[in-house]
Amino acid sequence: MAGTFLLELVSPEKLLLSRQVEMVVIPAAEGELGVLPGHVPAIVSLRGGAVRVYEGGQVTESLFVPAGFAEVTPERVTVLADEASPLATLSRAKAEADLAAAEADYAAAATDTPEKREAAMDRLLSMRVKKELAEAA
Amino acid sequence: MPSLKSLRLRINSVKSTRKITEAMKLVAAAKLRRAQQQAEAARPYAERMARMLGALGAAVAGEPEAPKLLVGTGKSDIYLLVVVSAERGLCGPFNSNIGRFARNRVRELEAAGKTVKLMSVGRKAASYLKREFADRFVGEVSFANQKRVSFDDASSVAASITAQLEDGAFDVCELLYNRFVSVISQTPSAQQLIPAEVPEAAGESAQAQYDFEPSEEEILTKLLPRNLAIQVYRALLESGAGFYGSQMAAMDSATRNAGQMINKLTLNYNRTRQANITRELIEIISGAEAV
Repeated sequence: MAGTFLLELVSPEKLLLSRQVEMVVIPAAEGELGVLPGHVPAIVSLRGGAVRVYEGGQVTESLFVPAGFAEVTPERVTVLADEASPLATLSRAKAEADLAAAEADYAAAATDTPEKREAAMDRLLSMRVKKELAEAA
Repeated sequence: MPSLKSLRLRINSVKSTRKITEAMKLVAAAKLRRAQQQAEAARPYAERMARMLGALGAAVAGEPEAPKLLVGTGKSDIYLLVVVSAERGLCGPFNSNIGRFARNRVRELEAAGKTVKLMSVGRKAASYLKREFADRFVGEVSFANQKRVSFDDASSVAASITAQLEDGAFDVCELLYNRFVSVISQTPSAQQLIPAEVPEAAGESAQAQYDFEPSEEEILTKLLPRNLAIQVYRALLESGAGFYGSQMAAMDSATRNAGQMINKLTLNYNRTRQANITRELIEIISGAEAV
């Protein structure tokens, strides 16, 4: 198997994950991004989706992140998530409620500035993904 | 000389005060530990955020269209001071220290001909500064009814700062809070939020050429508000930890003082009692002799 690199997943409230992994798939703004050791340095922003951690050829951990950033260097990946919750703990009812709230926000933001509308849109999309993930889990 | 009864009452009342201050000290110590843990847990995010910002700042440095949050408005006429204090008192000089610090800063800036606006986070800062600067207040936030501050609270403070920046309500934003140096020492300090202080990208990341996805600007416009929120969050946590540290110290000395007072009063009480007994004896003996 190829080498490993250090994955760090942090939210503002705590350091969630910090260990050597073989591969991680992160939901970058422009499509899923699979990172192996020795990746080109990059800074990406994230959309809502699942961060999947691979060890020994298998997904050992998958967490939902609603938004955030990631810094990729050849020997390290740092994911700065707004929050993160393991897929297994997602509840369908909660996800549906969040989605409804996001939809309401988006509707309310219809007359707002473009930036705010975009922020609401991002949130809405991320909540949709959350619901899908919650249903799949 | 006070009567025995009134002395006894005073001793009892000081004793119950000591019980209360002692309990408050223990509670503050327990909460301090939790607050410190919370502050430590937030540190990794802030560090990584600073590292990323360093890399991004280097990438967009010198571009004319850099976001306002990063470079400010280019002027420095109107200052917004965000003052963070505690919600409650009984914590020694904690609140008045930050209040005095803020007041001096306001005077200093106004002496230099700047316009100052104030925003308070925490009830105590508001009540302290309103006595003198009520007309400069533009906002007031209070987390009095919740046990601990969450990141969302900090985000809402940051969002209101950002909104004011977009309206052109100020040019420079400073955050004043009690920095947590140690359990017994907190220093009021000021941190400039806008224009952002971009940390120097150090070592490896300085040389690394990053790919940005999407563009630097787009990431930066998302990252900067977040960075602002994290700075506010850190200040809130430090101030929170400092509050409990200060409260613990204040309650500790209050407990000690109460102890001293009890000793003094007890001595007084015993002397008075003895004096009464002696007096009674003299009365009896001299009565007996007279017969």
